[in-house]
Amino acid sequence: MFGLVDCNNFYASCERVFRPELEGRPVVVLSNNDGCVVARSQEAKALGLKMGVPYFQVKAEFEQRGGVACSSNYELYGDMSRRVMWYLQQVAPAVEIYSVDEAFLDLHGMQRHYNLAGWAGDVRGAVRQRTGIPVCVGVAPTKTLAKLANRLAKVDSLAKVGSGVLVLDDEEQRREALARVAVEDVWGVGYRSAAKLYTAGIRTAAQLAGVGDAWARKNLGGVVGARMLHELRGFPCSGVTVEDEARKSMCCSRSFGQVLTRMEDVTGAVATHAARAGEKLRAQGMAARMLTVFIETSRYGNVPPPYSFSTQLTLPTATDDTLTLTSWARRGLERIWRPGLRYVKAGMMLDGLERAGADQQASLFAEVARTPARAKLMGTLDALNGKFGAGAVRVGTAVGTAGRPEPWGMRRGAKSPAFTTKWGELWQVRC
Amino acid sequence: MVNLLLSCGFPSPAADYESELVDLNRLMLRHPDASYLARAHGESMTGAGIHDGDVLAVDRSMQAQDGDIVVACVEGEYTVKRLSKRIDSVALVAENPAYQPIVVRNADDLRIFGVVVLVLHPLVTEGRRGLSYVRPQ
Repeated sequence: MFGLVDCNNFYASCERVFRPELEGRPVVVLSNNDGCVVARSQEAKALGLKMGVPYFQVKAEFEQRGGVACSSNYELYGDMSRRVMWYLQQVAPAVEIYSVDEAFLDLHGMQRHYNLAGWAGDVRGAVRQRTGIPVCVGVAPTKTLAKLANRLAKVDSLAKVGSGVLVLDDEEQRREALARVAVEDVWGVGYRSAAKLYTAGIRTAAQLAGVGDAWARKNLGGVVGARMLHELRGFPCSGVTVEDEARKSMCCSRSFGQVLTRMEDVTGAVATHAARAGEKLRAQGMAARMLTVFIETSRYGNVPPPYSFSTQLTLPTATDDTLTLTSWARRGLERIWRPGLRYVKAGMMLDGLERAGADQQASLFAEVARTPARAKLMGTLDALNGKFGAGAVRVGTAVGTAGRPEPWGMRRGAKSPAFTTKWGELWQVRC
Repeated sequence: MVNLLLSCGFPSPAADYESELVDLNRLMLRHPDASYLARAHGESMTGAGIHDGDVLAVDRSMQAQDGDIVVACVEGEYTVKRLSKRIDSVALVAENPAYQPIVVRNADDLRIFGVVVLVLHPLVTEGRRGLSYVRPQ
């Protein structure tokens, strides 16, 4: 059996842990630069607020009805996520952290010793007690069904009211659950597959589970589609992946707090991403062989498309060195830069990731990037930034003009403090 | 001769016993998922040794019992008080005669965040020798 633990309205729930005045009020969390609604409390959902809606469109009415908007506070969400996952790893035999607020549990063989519904209920209660985050738990013979059970656990239709737990362990329950879920809500059904399925008259997960394998292979992405059907029928096709599999690519990008027009400002933003990417690579012991730089211009105004430009560079040798990444990223940016445009976003992507040092293909070029001295410099850089806060020590390019805030920085007007991760913003209690 | 050898770099007999520094987190954050640090503000708990500006370690994993110092939610705000369970009510009692107890008639209305398990109180004034024991850099 597999379990899926999913945090309810995760970002909004995190905000409430240290801000009890938000309890019972509609809360939304906004995307970077306070643009769109990316998370909603139950009360905000009840007001009819849609996910992804630009906040300025709903602000007046939402606030008039007592709603509170929070800028995204990723330091806080990251720490609360770490806490939830840490606990799950203590109690479940194996855990796959699927996203910031979701984890699959491998519950193989546990039925013999536990009543799974009771066990899942205890886990749910303990997570709430220890972190303040409400979660729902779905348990089923496959990951796809566990995901579906979790969805139903959230809405109290099949689960015992208020229990937040749904276990699908017999055939009848499985059928009943499948009949209640729309086909587009099945894990793995994308927007395009859903359109295809609707055209073929397939509306529910139950109908989907009944289509032929040949049809699924042809219309739902080959073997992936066939696997999804097997999983819906209760035959597991994938297990829990415990170790974060060496990722093959990595992306760092962010919208600017304001429109940028000067190349040095955009270069600064790109250099910041390069530094972050270098840090991530070193933390994972990886090195990158390919680097893509991209920039996006404002879609508003009288400028015709294209609105995004990118270029890919193949590095002479795989690297995890911030200085090397920065200088290549800068070269890439010079290649795609068009003066006179209004830029809103920049980013870089690293591909062809391999284990640093190990099985790297030999290069004809001198290995400038991985001399021991440079490796030591990067180690020192990471240690300093770990100790004094991200970005304490940076490459010159990534530093704004003295005395003025970095123009590429994020706008987060209503951000709550990083309650748990910064001494200067520590949670405060009255005595 | 033996002395000479020693001074030439005979490995220190203490090398076998080297270890990391004791990690304060292991004391203050006993449960990595359920332990939280907070900064205290106010004078109501001075009798319990909690002073303005102190750092508190709060543990959410344990059930609050009568007599525990807790972080509780009163009117939408977290406050630190001693929990006093009575037959028909619950009170949050200050440890300073200048403050009145807060009585909660219905125990279900009381939301307790966690139990205060440790206080970190600096004993030198801030800024001495440029070091701060209140707000590390």
